Amino acid sequence: MIGISSYGAYIPIYRLTQKEIARAWGKRGRGGEKAICNSDEDSITMAVEAALDCIADTPREEVDALYFASTTSPYLEKQSASIIATACDLREDIVTIDFGNSIRASTNAFQAALNAVAAGTAKKVVVVASDCRIAPPNSLYEKMYGDGAAAFMISDSDVAVTITDTYSMTSEFMDVWRKPGDLYPQMWEDRFVSVEGIQKIFPNAIKMAIEKFGTSIKDFDKVIYFAPDSRAHGTLGNLLGLDAEKVQDPMFGVMGNTGTAFSPMMLVAALEQAKAGAKILWTNYSDGCDVYSLKVEDGISNITGRRGIQNHLESKMIIPDYGKYLLFRNLIQVEQRREPDHPTAITMMWRETNQLTRLHGCKCNNCGTIQYPIQRVCTHCQTKDDFAEIRLSDKKGALFTYSINERALAIDPPVVLCIVDLDGGGRFYSNITDRDPENIEVGTRLEMTFRKIHDAGGFHNYFWKVRQIRC
Amino acid sequence: MESIKDKVAIIGMGCTSFGELWDKDEEDLIIDATYEAYEDAGVDSKEIQAAWVGTVGGMCGACLASPLKLDYIPVSRIENACATGYDAIRSAAFAIASKSVDLALVVGYEKCKDEGYGGLPDRYRADKWHPVYGYGRSGPSLYALAATRYFHRYGLSREEGKRTLAKISVKSHYNGARNPKAHLKRVITLEQAMNAPMIAWPLGLFDCCGVTDGASAMIMCREEDAKNYRDDYITIKGFGLCVGPGQGKINTDYDFTHWEETVRASKFAYQEAGIKDPRKEIDMVELHDCFSIAELIAFESLGLCEYGHAKEDIDSGAITQDGDIPVNLSGGLKSFGHPVGASGGREVYEIYKQIQGKAEDPSRQLQNVRMGLAHNQGGHPGKFMCAVCLIGAP
Repeated sequence: MIGISSYGAYIPIYRLTQKEIARAWGKRGRGGEKAICNSDEDSITMAVEAALDCIADTPREEVDALYFASTTSPYLEKQSASIIATACDLREDIVTIDFGNSIRASTNAFQAALNAVAAGTAKKVVVVASDCRIAPPNSLYEKMYGDGAAAFMISDSDVAVTITDTYSMTSEFMDVWRKPGDLYPQMWEDRFVSVEGIQKIFPNAIKMAIEKFGTSIKDFDKVIYFAPDSRAHGTLGNLLGLDAEKVQDPMFGVMGNTGTAFSPMMLVAALEQAKAGAKILWTNYSDGCDVYSLKVEDGISNITGRRGIQNHLESKMIIPDYGKYLLFRNLIQVEQRREPDHPTAITMMWRETNQLTRLHGCKCNNCGTIQYPIQRVCTHCQTKDDFAEIRLSDKKGALFTYSINERALAIDPPVVLCIVDLDGGGRFYSNITDRDPENIEVGTRLEMTFRKIHDAGGFHNYFWKVRQIRC
Repeated sequence: MESIKDKVAIIGMGCTSFGELWDKDEEDLIIDATYEAYEDAGVDSKEIQAAWVGTVGGMCGACLASPLKLDYIPVSRIENACATGYDAIRSAAFAIASKSVDLALVVGYEKCKDEGYGGLPDRYRADKWHPVYGYGRSGPSLYALAATRYFHRYGLSREEGKRTLAKISVKSHYNGARNPKAHLKRVITLEQAMNAPMIAWPLGLFDCCGVTDGASAMIMCREEDAKNYRDDYITIKGFGLCVGPGQGKINTDYDFTHWEETVRASKFAYQEAGIKDPRKEIDMVELHDCFSIAELIAFESLGLCEYGHAKEDIDSGAITQDGDIPVNLSGGLKSFGHPVGASGGREVYEIYKQIQGKAEDPSRQLQNVRMGLAHNQGGHPGKFMCAVCLIGAP
């Protein structure tokens, strides 16, 4: 039996309200908000969060492949999946693949994972979808786009959701596109895109799929489908003849349209509520359609403790003003500081991959002291070169002391510099991110989070920070 | 091990005015400080047999030999973060004591204000630079880690903690305002210090020293030769230099509320000088107060009071000019200024003049100074290079 054995998701802590967007442009405000990445987040860092949520109960060495889907990979050339797999501290002898270029990249990756497990080339595959799309200021997209990520474990054992049938079709239809060098998406006239595209190609494909599955749409307890916004989502529901209670909540007013992660995030939300025996029709649209018929198994009750969608939605901070959002997304030119750019070197990052990306520390084999960064001579007993590497990315700790650097050369000062004493030993010198500087005190409980530290040297310099335990 | 006590004499000193000296370069600073020292000692450049130059930003011995046109003599450039100045003095003193050199010149200098931005030049780092580890730190934010922890450990509210630190800065500014060569000659109030713009919580603008250009210079010989130059020479009583292995950010043993390197360096220096009760036997202290919290914790770590009790001496005025142990009567790094390599010599300069009864501005003159303690530490809490130097009347 092949199917989903685990899931996870991530929604960044910051929300931008529709009211604040409207205020910035002198328009009448609507209700609702959308999730947006912090200045130190991108599709890779969100993918790491969702993947770690997904593999919380899985021994890392059991994962055989990691597939990453995004339309906003931080690199055009250079794999993202390899960075994500390393940050997740997976084995090196695994398959990593990036899927991209389409909202459907996530459901494409899901299909590929099913095929790999069915073919026996992998037993456990992590599929993680993540998007952080840049909307043009004062545009329709700006109201629609949100940021987030979702992950699934596809495996041949411990299956919680079986895949009873799949259907895919391709459709050459130009609706929304970005060329290399385009910062913002372009779209043909919205009437054409809706009437001839999503209102025709998508429902027709779903009908074809159901016919092929030999079932009826009424047999499903939940139907999940992509739509760019809430209005289009409503129209599509009517076209499919769905009862309102069978339509999975698309979370437009609380999260936004998260691109290729959107449909997977809706599936995670559905699975959080699903009971064994439920049937779910999971679909995705763009350049064609992917349709999956899913059946929730008894194993669903074994998936517990995930942060998933609901917990992440409840844990939020409202971004105080639109200007800060522009700053986070690098959409305004700010005063250039006179200080030289932070120095960096790929050779150093490479030499220290285990401690920087995997967040390994070391434990002295003689005295047991846990140390970070990795030492060659023990700080406690001076034993030389006798250490075991240990993963610290899953450790939590307490804030020992901190300071709030108002003058830091960072995108969004202040930088909260901190010393964290980790549960079980070890001390981590770090920054607190996703923070409210007014609400930090010695003793605050903290956890690790993989972030983009800066872009010096012309590449993304990733490393771990800490944050208050999120949820 | 043999003590350095009374083996080496300081027979001449010079110190430039400190400040944002836009119209002077490092060579001007070196020449001005050195020629004041030559004149004070009554020696000629040609008599100098060897020289040491302490600088963090400058490079190699030629940075001293070139402007001074030294006569093809040995010149060593010393760098040890903010302990640079003392390390140069210490190196010269050992050469003198070993009798391999009879007359030595030590110059410390820094030209910080050619960078184009506020704060210390970015290249001055105690940590090896790293692409991502320690990102976003700065001198103030690293010292502020100690302030936060000190408040927490000793149960000071934010307001009490800020007020205690502010009193230190108010005192230092009061002292510096009366010192003709000081950088920040401005009296400030407690309210100004407490409400100043934040640099790195809990440290505000007046908790931090400025960024300063300046140089200091010293001429040294053996004690038995000192009388040939002057009667009121002073001698070195003890040195302590301690470089910590930088474990504070790694090892949970470190508490961030004491300076271990200062404890060790001062113990060593007290032993050399034969000091049993530093609070009683030392008449004045020039210590490393790059930040207000640095002064508070150094005062405790030097053994001048019990841990956690500096606040009582700050509140009682014990560390003011009229107190029993004046601290940073010069204005300190806070108000006199901190051109890194120059600071060690500058602190000795203050004690030297006080012992001689020649304090600039007579209102600053202390009575009967016999023993002074000078202290500098480079790096940051958990990773210091600390130097302590005791000097006194022979």
